[in-house]
Amino acid sequence: MVAIPSRHKSLSLLAAVLLAQLLLLAVQIKRDSHGRLIRVWAITAVSPFERSGAWGFDKVRGVWRHYFALQATSHENEALRVENDALKLAITQLQAKSAEADRLAELLSFRNSHKDVPMLGARVIGASAGTASRTVEIDRGERDGIRRDMAVITPDGAVGKIIEVYRDNSQVLLLTDKEGGAGAMLIESRIQSPVVGTGEPLLSMKYVANDDKVNVGEKVVTSGMDKIFPRDIPVGTVQEIKPGMPFKTILLHPAAKLNRLEDVIVLLSLQALEPPTDATAPSSESNSSSAPANPSAPKPAAPVKP
Amino acid sequence: MNDTYELRSGDTHIEVHKFFPGAVAGVAIVALILQASFPVYLPKLDILDLPLLITIYFGLSRRNPSTGLLLGMVIGLAQDALSGPTVPLGFYGIAKTIIGFLASSIGARLDTEHPAARFSLTVAFFVLQQAILVLTRRILMAQPEPWFNMHLAVAAAVNAILGIFLYIALDRLRRNQ
Repeated sequence: MVAIPSRHKSLSLLAAVLLAQLLLLAVQIKRDSHGRLIRVWAITAVSPFERSGAWGFDKVRGVWRHYFALQATSHENEALRVENDALKLAITQLQAKSAEADRLAELLSFRNSHKDVPMLGARVIGASAGTASRTVEIDRGERDGIRRDMAVITPDGAVGKIIEVYRDNSQVLLLTDKEGGAGAMLIESRIQSPVVGTGEPLLSMKYVANDDKVNVGEKVVTSGMDKIFPRDIPVGTVQEIKPGMPFKTILLHPAAKLNRLEDVIVLLSLQALEPPTDATAPSSESNSSSAPANPSAPKPAAPVKP
Repeated sequence: MNDTYELRSGDTHIEVHKFFPGAVAGVAIVALILQASFPVYLPKLDILDLPLLITIYFGLSRRNPSTGLLLGMVIGLAQDALSGPTVPLGFYGIAKTIIGFLASSIGARLDTEHPAARFSLTVAFFVLQQAILVLTRRILMAQPEPWFNMHLAVAAAVNAILGIFLYIALDRLRRNQ
């Protein structure tokens, strides 16, 4: 009698023989995109271990770098802090330059859109020392053709008028000063009335009768009646209306940023600027009062290039 | 060495047959040569799979899973080698290794001497081999291959019928006869 091999032995032999032939097949079969199958299998089998090894190595290296090898970190930290401070300063300077560039671009755009009106760009170099008056000093004076009572504006709106002229400097009385003001009119109702300063950030529009209809948010522009500002330059926006007797008390928010002036435009003549698109010619029918006459009307100056 | 011995499985007693020296190798070689010659001279006989029939027969007769799978492996690898460069070594080898193992295992438990049993087993093993070949082609070689069709059904039947007569002829090579 011949001994019959055990079933486990046969199964083991079957598995070994099949495995050997599978490997033989894998060596021969070549996939177009991945090369020989045996290589695909080998890489597939090994790559998880490689990934695990790489992950573990990265973790160990990370722990070493972040918790043990910190000798140079303090110096590096100090150097980075210094560099950070320098960068903050540089950013601040760049932001200032950028803001200045924006302002100048705005002025240039305004000037280009009113080429036929003689005007002069000026930089604000000082302000009033006390709170009793609201004036600023600009870097243009008599030599530049500036005269008293010339209008000062920004692309946003009216600023004030020249009150003192020196050789190279001038002083500007802002609309918000108690002595400041301009002939103005409501843009929708065409009601004309002088706007005066209050010594506060807001302007006041006087002599508007109680019967006249005024809406909060309504725009106010110059009327040109004061012989200082050309007509249709934005003055402000109605912010608050209080009934009074016989006139309303109307407070305006200035159109120009009077508390943050840096660059302004001095109009060298009374020639009217081109009106804004939403402005129309003033109507005299709805006038409730006329702007006060200005006894010191400016003499038109010769056009001067900025 | 005895020519035959009995395999005890439960209450059944199944004879394990031995063959004349060189009979297994000789029959396998002749089957492989004929198999390689059919496509040249008789193309219509390419549906025959003589190496498979030989593997089944010796597996069922010798009833030793280890020798059955080894014989299947050798015959299959030889068939691979004779099938040209498009068939990788191991293609038929794997299939016939499994067939040899299963035939020997089944032969050790059932009486497979009856022609009907031989016919049924041959059809089953033919289908199984076809399934293994299709799996190998689809999974390992990434080649499209139909699972089964009428041609294969006819081939299974023809091989099984041929197997009945071939097995009877091969029975004469047994020592106990």
